[in-house]
Parts: sequence; C-alpha cells; structure tokens
Amino acid sequence: MNEKKTINIDLKQYSMIIILVVVYLLFAVITKGMNMTPASVNNLVMQNSYVVILAVGMLLCCLTGNVDLSVGSTVAVAGAAAGIAIVDMGMPSPVAMIFGLLVGLGFGLFNGFFIAYVGIPPFITTLATMLMGRGLTYTVLAAQTKGPLPGSYTFLGSGFLPSIKIAGNIDLICCLVAAVVTALLILSELNGITTRKKYNFPAYPVWQLAVKDAVIIVIVWFFMLKLGANRGLPIVLIVMAALVGLYHYITTMTVAGRQVYAMGGNAKAAQLSGIDTKKVFFWVYTNMGVLAGLAGVVLSSRNASATPKAGDAFEMDAIASCYIGGAACAGGIGTIIGAVVGAFIMGTLNIGMTLMGLGTDAQKIVKGAVLLGAVTFDLVSKRKK
Amino acid sequence: MSQYILEMNHITKEFTGVKALDDVNLKVKPGEIMALCGENGAGKSTLMNVLSGTYGFGTYSGDIIYNGETCQFHNLRDSEAKGIVIIHQELALSPYLSIAENVFLGNEQKKMKGVIDWNVTRAKATELLKQVGLAGENVNTPVMQLGTGKQQLVEIAKALGKKCDLLILDEPTASLNDEESMGLLNLMLELKRQGITQIIISHKLNEISYVADAITVIRDGHTIETMHKGEDYSLETPESYKALEDRIIKSMVGRELTNRYPKREGVKIGSSPIFEIKNWNVFHPELAGKKVLNDVNLVVRPGEVVGLAGLMGAGRTELAMSVFGHSYGTDISGQVFIGGKEADTKTVSKAIDSKLAYVSEDRKTYGLVLIDSIEFNSTLAAMKTYFSKNGILNRNEEKVKAEEYRRKLKTKCNNIEQPVGDLSGGNQQKVVLAKWMLTQPDVLIMDEPTRGIDVGAKYEIYEVINELAADGKGIIVISSDMQEIIGTCDRTYVLNEGEICGELSGADITQENIMGCIMAHNNRKGAAS
Repeated sequence: MNEKKTINIDLKQYSMIIILVVVYLLFAVITKGMNMTPASVNNLVMQNSYVVILAVGMLLCCLTGNVDLSVGSTVAVAGAAAGIAIVDMGMPSPVAMIFGLLVGLGFGLFNGFFIAYVGIPPFITTLATMLMGRGLTYTVLAAQTKGPLPGSYTFLGSGFLPSIKIAGNIDLICCLVAAVVTALLILSELNGITTRKKYNFPAYPVWQLAVKDAVIIVIVWFFMLKLGANRGLPIVLIVMAALVGLYHYITTMTVAGRQVYAMGGNAKAAQLSGIDTKKVFFWVYTNMGVLAGLAGVVLSSRNASATPKAGDAFEMDAIASCYIGGAACAGGIGTIIGAVVGAFIMGTLNIGMTLMGLGTDAQKIVKGAVLLGAVTFDLVSKRKK
Repeated sequence: MSQYILEMNHITKEFTGVKALDDVNLKVKPGEIMALCGENGAGKSTLMNVLSGTYGFGTYSGDIIYNGETCQFHNLRDSEAKGIVIIHQELALSPYLSIAENVFLGNEQKKMKGVIDWNVTRAKATELLKQVGLAGENVNTPVMQLGTGKQQLVEIAKALGKKCDLLILDEPTASLNDEESMGLLNLMLELKRQGITQIIISHKLNEISYVADAITVIRDGHTIETMHKGEDYSLETPESYKALEDRIIKSMVGRELTNRYPKREGVKIGSSPIFEIKNWNVFHPELAGKKVLNDVNLVVRPGEVVGLAGLMGAGRTELAMSVFGHSYGTDISGQVFIGGKEADTKTVSKAIDSKLAYVSEDRKTYGLVLIDSIEFNSTLAAMKTYFSKNGILNRNEEKVKAEEYRRKLKTKCNNIEQPVGDLSGGNQQKVVLAKWMLTQPDVLIMDEPTRGIDVGAKYEIYEVINELAADGKGIIVISSDMQEIIGTCDRTYVLNEGEICGELSGADITQENIMGCIMAHNNRKGAAS
C-alpha cells in the first residue's frame, strides 16, 4: 500500500535526550565522576521530583499556549495546609496529604474558572493567584516554619522501598524494577512491529529500534544500579514515574489529550470541530492545581516542614523545563517526555554545578543561558527545514 | 535600453531538493499589465518573492534585469528602493492603526529624524485615497473598521505612497465580491494610464482577460507560455474569449478540461427532506437588537445539492454557523430537522452527533490545525465518535482511515504525518473535506469550498460533492462565485440582507436571475421603509 516500506526514526525527536546524556557525561568529566556516585544520582531524582511533577502539568498549560505562574505559591499553600493539619490539628498523615491535594485542587478550580468561564487571560489570572497564594501562606503560617513533620508524612518525599542486598551493593528490588522495565520495553517494541505489519504501515529498520531501546535500557539499568547502591528505590521516584506514564498516555492516546493539542494549535478550528475549548481550559488549569498541590506535599514531606518561602520560583523551573523540552510558546507543540527530559537537563546542571563548587547565583546565569540556547537551537533547526 | 522594464531570465529556486522554479523566464514591457497564472503551487508567488528580494540574491540562480540594469536584491527594502512594490494576498495592515498611519507604515513622513509630521502624513494620505477611489474615507479611521475591499485599496494607496514603478498584486481579488473586484480592476487600468507597470497574479480568468495586456502561464515551476493581447489572442468575439480561456486552462493544468463542472448523473433525489430549517431567526452577537437572519426557511432533499447564493454580507455564513452549534449570533430561534426528526444543534458536538457537518470557509483560520499532521486533522471532528472507546484513541484505525481518505480524495503529500500547513490550498481543502466526511454526516454545509484553489483541485472537489450526493447526502454549497452555484447546484436559494429572497432550480439558475432576486428584494425593502 505504501511505496516506502521502511522509514527512518526521526532523530530530532530524541535530540533532547541526546543532549541530556551529553550534558551528564560532560559533568562526569568535569567533576571526575562525582555526579555519578550513588548519592548524586539519588539526589538528582529526589531534588528534581517536584519540578518533574510540576512540569508534567505545566506542559498541558504550555500546549494551550499559556503558562501557570501560580504553581510555586500553590506548592507553598498546599505544604502549609498539610503542615497545619498535622501539627496544629493533629490529623493523621494520609488525611493531611489529601488535605494538601484538596487545597491544590481549590487553587486549580479557581484559576480554571476565571480563565475558562470569565475569560481573564491565564497570565493575569495566575499572576493574581500567585500573589494571593504567597500572601496566604505567610498569613496562615504567621511567617513561621511549621514542623517538624512526623515520619509517616516524610516517608513520601524522603522514604525508600525496603532494600534487599543480593551481592555487595546490588539491590534486588531495583534490579527487579529494571528487569521489568526492560521486558516491558522490548514487548511493546515487538508489539509495535507486529501492529505496523498488520496494518501495513511503513516499518522502522530493526537496527535503529535496537539502538534506541539499548540506549534507554542502559540508562534505566544505570539509574537502578546506582540507586540500589545508595539506599534503594525512592518512593518519590515511583510517584514520578507513575505520573509521567499516566500523562504520557493521556496526551498521546486519549481524546482529552488530543483536544488540548488541537485547541493549542488552532482554537477556532478546534471549536468548529466539536471541542469545548472552555472545558479544556478549565480542566488543564484544574489539573495543574492538583499537581501543584501534590508537589507541595512532596516538598514539605522531603523537608519535614512547611515554610512560607517553599516553592519560590518553582513555576519558572517548570516552565523552563517545558520549553527546553521542545514545547512551543504559541501552543500545540510539546511532549510530556520532552518536559521531563527538560527537567532532568536542569537538574543535571544544578547538581553538576553544585559539585563544581558554583553558587546558586552562577547557576541561575547558566540555567538562563541554557533555556535561551535550547529554544534558539529548536527555532534554528526548524527554520532550516 | 531594452524594450522591457523587467526581465527575469533562467530563474531557478530550490527548497531542500525540490525545485520550486526551474528555468523560469518572465519579460514585462513598461506600462503594461502582465498577468501571471498557474495552479496553486505552480511557483507564481515564489517567483514574485524572488523578484521582491524576499528570497534574497544568492538563494536562487538566474538574472533579474530591471530598467536595463542587473539587480541583486537582498531583501524587500532593496527592491522597494528601485520602485518595485508587492502587495501580498494576506494584507499587511495593522488593524488598530488609522488609514493614514497604515498608508505610510514603514515610509513615515518625517519632520526631522524620527519625528512624524502628522499634517503632511494626513494631507498626503487624503491625496492618495482620492487616487484609489476612497475619497470619502476619513484618514483617521482605524483600518479594522473598513471592509476587505477598502482595505485592499488602502494597500494600493500605501504602495503608491512609495516610489512605485512596478506594482505586483498577488491575488488581489481573492476575498472581494464582484463589485469590489470590478472597482479594483478598473483602478488597475487607471494606474496603467498613469504609466505604472503591473503584474497581477490571479486564478480568475475573466479578470485576467479584462485587465491584462499579456499573460504568462507557469506550471510546476516552468514557464509554459506568454501570450500577448492582439498578437496571440483577442477578445473581440465570445468565441475568441472562450478559446483564450480554454488555452489558459490547458496550459495551467497540462491537459484539457472540457468541462469545469463534472456532470452528476443518475443521482436520485429523494422526496422527503433530509434537512430542514424552519423559522430561523438570529441576532447580531454585538450590536444589540440587530437582526442578522429573519425567518429563514429552507429544505434539502437526499442527493440534492442546494446552493446559497448572495452578495457578501447577505448572511450566508452566519446562517450556516448559527445552525452549526450556534457558533454565531445570539437569541437564536427556530427549528432544525435532520432526517425528519428535530435535531438539537445547540453545540458543535451535538450538531456533529445529529449528522450535520459544516465545512467552514477560510480553512486556515477555521478549518485546520496547521502545525499538526494530515492524520491529526482528518480525525479531529470524528475522534470522539468513531476513533475512540471510553476516551481512549484507536491510533491504528486513525492511520488507516486517514490514509484511505488521502487516497480517495487524491491529496498530494509525502505521507499522512506531514503537517497540513505545508500543503497547497487545494490539498488543505481536501483534508478539511476528509475531516467532515469521516464524521459520516447526512448533511454537509460547504462554505466557499473552492475559494483560492486552482482549477484542477476545484474539479476534484466538485467530483467529491457529486459522490456525496450519489450517496444520498444532503448538500448545501455556499459560494460567492455564481458560476460555481450554477455549475454545481440542483437548486439554489438566494439570500439577501438576512432573508431568503428567491429560490431557483435547474435551468433557471442563472447569474441574471440571481441578481434579479436580489434587486427585487432590495426594491421591496426600500419600498417598505
């Protein structure tokens, strides 16, 4: 049916992953392997967890052609709410966590309502809730840190799955997870090949698929072995992986995800194709609120306390992750995986530069330059086409 | 000094492996109007972009000789300095700025460095407006308050405000109605009298023959032929006009199109209506109390192609949009029946569920997500109903159907993953059609289905309309091109000022009768008020 029976994998799709690997290896050379120690790898995962959680939600906002500025404040309010629920009101940890999420949901609904049904531009709406959220946090916490939070609460942000060492530093659980991921990856690739054959779609050359999967499998095993050599699998990694998987599925395989892309690409055409763009807007921002609430709970749980300054400028990290990961400012373009890779590029830079002994001031300069560089690269490579 | 003001010799321009222009030659004599015709994607606009320096010197091969000297334009400013001005299809006006400001945009009248002399600006703008036939307009009016026709004239005034010896107009009448088009063409003739050489890119053969002194046809990046009035063709008799038209079409498409409208044969028109609109009233969304549509009633039978004729602003698109998901207007009242049952079309998705489809005008703004693929766009309206289960998409089925319709509609593209923004107008329109055919509608409303697309693609779209009719669908065609209504419709309603003012069928559908209905209606309205 098609003239061409095989097509090559589009390398551009993976350019950011390649850049991530290159940056990581570069820092490995500069820091003489210090960023590859089990503790550093563990830090990379745990310090990045909230940025990844936020980036996943922020990508949807970016797809509509907008951003959510209020997530940093929502992180703070949600953390404060959970902290107060435990310390002042004596609620059990799970209830406090849910309370934190509900506060996030509240902010999301508030944003969503004003953006979708009142028609205030998202930038203005979320700028307002950003200010309101921060002020609210300082008020309810009376500008004090709330803590310490009990172990049953901090488990989420700083806990690990039990570690069973089988030989030396090798952890059974981590190996099992890596093995399962490897098996699933190979199975899904085989499944893809059969589907392509069944429907007579042009196939990818097998060697290209093999290289791609080999790279992913090496990365997975590298991470798992390093984490196993540290203290085992962080709980927060499981939360993160589940979210990334879920949202990747939603954006690529569901009607709802498709609607977000369509609306971001051309809102009028989407409307005339039967898409309720107000509803899409509403749920995108509501969803962002919930995820910001979750990030707030995770952050306070990792710090074992809720502080009024928590989550300061997190929105910028999340937005930068999306853009570094290839999202378009005008909307309609971007992927969850891209945003996650973007977050990890930033995380790698953070840790690498910290190990090099650079302060946060210098780090900000570099991060800004990387954001500009990534988007410039994206734009120039598109223009060439 | 040569006899030509402009010679473009052996122009070749490549875009990453694809030759958009291949050894193209164009020669224009001073003071003449040269028409450049060709199908979409033939390379007309590319050629003009080479000439104006948009594709700068060095990105193409070949020579441009202008006024006897070989020119190397690196950008638009270089060519404008020489007096070459191009007016693009998409107008380059800033909507919130006044007419005067727009006329001198980029060419500001200055007192001293960087300070605008408003008196000179306004005085000169008034002068220029007079020249283009807009004497009555206040130069302080924001251009967004003008209609497209007048905006086009402002563009020309803007061009005349610069040093302008060679004026290039890229499809200037594409979004104008007949009357406005005529005004523009007459203005072109007037400018010719003033000695301005012009190049017009157009699809409309009647307009070309009206203004042009010479016609150059381009096909697939090659110059096919150049014809001179009086030497190669004449327009003295209707036969010679027809002969010219046939010759141009043949050169443009590379084959003879004996009939521009394919015959619809053996289609049985059902007796009971498949689509009915009853007592439809719609008010303007912003101007309170202004009635846009007044008591509209219409009927479409299965297998029937029904036209909606009328002038611009008659309310045709407003009718279609208000029916389709109440996408236009407020205080809408009336009933819609599809297949004999009253249908709820209050939202677009309900309208789609009721088996109604609306192929919108202006595919780029309302029809397509340009950055996304053919596959994405093809299934956009149908994904909820036919390509998903519990909200989960069936990606394989999408690919299969998108591919099937690509073949069925002969959409020219690399593959279905290509972004629709890369396609030519005709192929984009086919993707819009695929999108609506995949919703499996009973009734399709097609709003300007062939606007701005070339003759060959038009023919293919008419064939699709015929197939849909043969399948027993009800079809409404909204068109400003009366020939198209005459060529494609079994029956037509004439709409004027929001009211149905006539109904014509079969051989009675003629340009004279349609205009007659509109005139009579205007007279009745005039008498009533």
